Parts: sequence; C-alpha cells; structure tokens
Amino acid sequence: MYGIEQKNAIEMAIDEINESRMLGDIRVVGIHMDDGADKAQTVNIFQRLINQDKVQVILGASLATLSFAADPIAQAAGVPVIASSNTAAGITDIGNYIFRTSPPENILFPGVLAYAERKYNIKKAAQLYGIDDQLMKSAYLIHKEALAGAGIEVLLSETFNRGDVDFSAQLTKIKAAGPDVVVLGALAEESANILYQARQLGIGDNVVFLGANAAISTKLFELAGPAANGFLVGASWYAEYPSPKNQAFVAAYVKRYGHKPDVFGAQAYDAAYIVAEAVRRVGRTDDRKAIRDAIAATRDFTGVIGKLSFSATREPIVTPKVLEARGGSFVPAE
Amino acid sequence: MTVLFQQLVNGFSLGATYAVFAIGFTMIFGVLNLLNMAHGAVFMWGAYIGLACVADLGLPLALAVPAAFVFSGLLSVSYEIVIFGPLRKKEAHRWIGLIASLAMARGLVALAQMIFGTHVVRYPTVGLLSGYMEMGGVRVHTLQIVIFGIAVLLMGALAFMLQRTRMGRAIRTVAFSPRVAELAGISVRNTAFATFFLAGALAGVAGVLLGLLFNAVSPFMGETILLKGLTVVILGGLGSVPGAMLGGLLLGVIEVFSVGYVSSAFRDAIGFGLVFVILLIKPSGLFGQTEAARA
Repeated sequence: MYGIEQKNAIEMAIDEINESRMLGDIRVVGIHMDDGADKAQTVNIFQRLINQDKVQVILGASLATLSFAADPIAQAAGVPVIASSNTAAGITDIGNYIFRTSPPENILFPGVLAYAERKYNIKKAAQLYGIDDQLMKSAYLIHKEALAGAGIEVLLSETFNRGDVDFSAQLTKIKAAGPDVVVLGALAEESANILYQARQLGIGDNVVFLGANAAISTKLFELAGPAANGFLVGASWYAEYPSPKNQAFVAAYVKRYGHKPDVFGAQAYDAAYIVAEAVRRVGRTDDRKAIRDAIAATRDFTGVIGKLSFSATREPIVTPKVLEARGGSFVPAE
Repeated sequence: MTVLFQQLVNGFSLGATYAVFAIGFTMIFGVLNLLNMAHGAVFMWGAYIGLACVADLGLPLALAVPAAFVFSGLLSVSYEIVIFGPLRKKEAHRWIGLIASLAMARGLVALAQMIFGTHVVRYPTVGLLSGYMEMGGVRVHTLQIVIFGIAVLLMGALAFMLQRTRMGRAIRTVAFSPRVAELAGISVRNTAFATFFLAGALAGVAGVLLGLLFNAVSPFMGETILLKGLTVVILGGLGSVPGAMLGGLLLGVIEVFSVGYVSSAFRDAIGFGLVFVILLIKPSGLFGQTEAARA
C-alpha cells in the first residue's frame, strides 16, 4: 500500500536519470521486489539483492518493522540502504549504511510547535496519546520534549488504547484544565474522533490542536468533518509545494501514472536522485563504501521535498512544512 | 462540580449502550445457560445495517433503528439454528457452544471486513440531533438524550414483555427449568428463538447507538464491547435483566470516573478491578441469585 507509489516514483527517477545521461556511461537498473509486508520475505529479498543481484544500493523497505528485520543484513554486507517511508525512531541507529529521506516525528514536530507559538499565545498544553501503540508512544515523548524545550507547561497527559472510541472523559478533564494547546499522539482515525468529540464537548476554537505526522490522511476529514479545521501537523512535503522542481515532478508523475504522488513517492524520488548524485561524484559503481560516504556527504541537495542534508546520524535534515486542516484537505499553514 | 456533572453525562451515555448490549447477552445466559461469544458480531452488524440505511439508502434514523433491530434479531436467531439448537439436541457440553460461537463471530467479522473494509466509518451528521443544551457549563447533546431515551424505552418494553406477556412467561419458565417448561407444554425451541431474536435485536440497536454516539463504526467494534458486556453481565448478576441495566450504567460511570479522577492509563484496570471488589462483597452480582437458587 505504501510501496506502490514509491516504486512508481523511483522508476520514473531512474528513467529520467538514464535519459539525461547525468551519470555518463553508467546506466541505473532498478530491481523491484514485493515483500508483501512480510518480515521473512523482506529478509530473503535483501539477501537475494545483495548476494545474487549484487546491487549497489537498496531503496526501502516500506515499513519500519520490515527495515528493522532486514537492514542489519545490508549493514553487515556493507550495502547502503535508503528508506523513504520509515518514520519510527531508531531506524538509522541500525548502522552507518542506513539512511532515510522520511523525516521522523522529532524533526517535524518542533516546526509545528514553533509555528503554533508564533501564531497563538501558547503557555499551557495538554497531551493525549495512544499508550499501546509504539509509534504513538514515541511521538508522545518527542512532543513532550519539544514542549519542555519551548518552555510550555504540560498541565496533564492523558492516554487511550487502540480501538477506543469514547474520548469524552479525557477531553472533559482536559477542558477543565484549560490548556491553550492540545497535542495528539494519535493516528488519523483516532485524531478525527478526538477532534470531533472535543468540539462536541465545547472545547472552543481558541484551543489549538497539534497532531503527529501519522495523522495525515484523507480519512481524517471523512470522520471529523468541519471539526478538523485548524488542526496542525508537520510534513516534509505536500503536492502543492510550490518549488519548480516539485511542480515538475508532480506534473510528470500525473502524466505517467494518472494520479498525484503521495509523500512517500516524493521522498523515494529524492532518494533515487540522492543515490545518482552520490554515484556521479564517486564516478564508478564498484565501490559501495565510496558510494556510502558520498551519500553521507549529501548537503543541501535540492529535491522535490526541498533542501535535504543528512545529519551525522544519517537522518534527513529538511525544513518541515506546517500543514493546516482546512475545508476538507491539508493546506500550507500561513 | 461542572466537571463532575459533565463526567456523569459522559458516563451515562456510554453506560446506556453497554446496558442495551448486555441485556441480550445476559438473557441468553439466564434463559438458555449459554455464553454467546458471537453477541458482539451482531452488535457490529447492527451498526453497519443502520449505517447502510442512513448513508446508502437515505432513510431517516427513525427507520434505521427498527431495520437494525429486525436484521440483528434474525442474525442472532441464525446462531440458534446453526449452532446452539443442534448442540442442544445432541446434549453437547456448553463449552462447545462457546467455541462454536467464537468461530461464528470470527466469520461474521471477516465477512464485514470483506464487504465494508477495515476502515473506521461514521454516520452522517443528523441535523436534528446535533443540537445541545448547556446548563452551568455542562453540555448535554440532543443525541445523548435520544440515545438514553431509546435505551430506557427498550429496557422498559423488555421488562414489561417478560413480566406481563405469554411470551415473557414462557421465557421465564424456560429460564427456571427447561424440563418444567416442557411439562407445561412450552416449546423450548420456540422460546430459544424468541430469546435469541430479542437479544440480537437489542445488540443491533446498541450498535447503532454506539456508532452514532462515538462517530465510529468498524468491523472490530464488537470485540471490545463483548468484554465490557461480559463484565456487565457478571457485575449485574448472571441472567439478571435489571442487573444488566444497572450494571451497564455503573460500568460506564466507573470507567469515565477512573479516567476523570484517577488516570486514563488505568481506565480498564480500575474498571475491571472495581467490578472484582464488588463481586468480592456480593459474589452473585448486584441482582444475581446464587447458582443453587437459580437451579
């Protein structure tokens, strides 16, 4: 489900790279394999790509749990890996050959908070998060740290469990505490219900809701309706991002595939170009170590998601875009 | 005070759906001595049927509730035909019915996933019900009042039916003893059909109510409520209809208060823990009779 758009974007990038002869005589060949979101299958595929196909770089895997299982194989073999849809904490800690172009929550959220601070007078916060979901729990800790860093007092932290549909008790408590901002560590469906029930309980528009990157989905609007308006989230990219490079990418993608790319496609497209750029600087394809070093040295690469550099821990450094839910879609917050 | 009253409103809304769900669950237990693990699946299907009426067929909610009532009732009767009836004929142990009903539940969830998908969906906003009253800072929504009204109405109608009608007397006789019922010329089979129909119908309506109240319908919604329903049944006293009503409301309030005044992280731990404490004091549940007295 996450993989197809990335495959599309990468194939488009490879065709462009080969046609433009940006690597001179070097031709890029993409080998795509479907792991069916199965860990064992992903491990098999990594072994096959490394040992039989002798690839120089692996782009993937699509889910963080798969990457945690398979990336150590690439690390041990010295094959660089760039993920484009893993946002869980700790992916690049697997080793110095593991990169990603998908910024995790701790890179996106501070930007959202900074925007909210500029626009609204925020002094007191409440947090509400899914306690039995690994991604949401780590989002909660990231949010907490960012709030502390900004000197915002957290009045209370409330939790819910996966599958909960009634958030009224937590929201009544939050309403009584009177925060200026409520930070949600929740997926799209839960975020939608929380927003809806919050407005039902009379938590007014003067209270700002900030969400996790994982809350970005059209599902949010189907479930929350107008209650979603004003909800702020962070993302690395959105289809309307007005850079010429991005506009060209979106137009070409729509022409080739008939629909708009998603954020993972955009991040995968950039990953493919980052590899090509690294190979161009190295000038040969038989030295994975040199290619890794060249990827690691990526600074201010201009991609479709904007300028990207890799940090010392191989995390993407990008300018987070703050998006606001407005009239049924996410638009850049102004 | 405002917060206390708001939490009470929250607790009663939640509890009313628990109660309507648990009444059917406890009836099947009390009358037929069966633990029907597929009761949550009827609840979920009721929610989807109600949704299909409102969203796809454009029917008013006043027709969607009866539609869910009838459909879920019939679906529940199919359990009796497919599982529990044949097992009773073979005088099989009741654990077998429990496992068979689990299989039925899984099948119905899988079917719902295939037909409706796994995403959470919602009821469209009903204009008339989206209003609210505010008294001293406490918000009560028209929808909450309507839901509470439907719940009380159904519970009242059921109590009347059980006490004052022929069918009710038959159900109570079978609950007392199937053998005595047979001797009195009451068909256990027909009574079982009636019990399954009523129980399923109530669960289906509870599904619609919960879907409306919390804006969320999914194939998995029956699984959470099954556990709550089981708790309510035990809290109220196995087989006791008034016990399930009161137990449902009580569990709703306990859950909301444990979030409101203790910690949301321990919502279920406190809810189930308190139920345990109550049962230590009164082992047969609020309204329950001891096993010996029931036999």
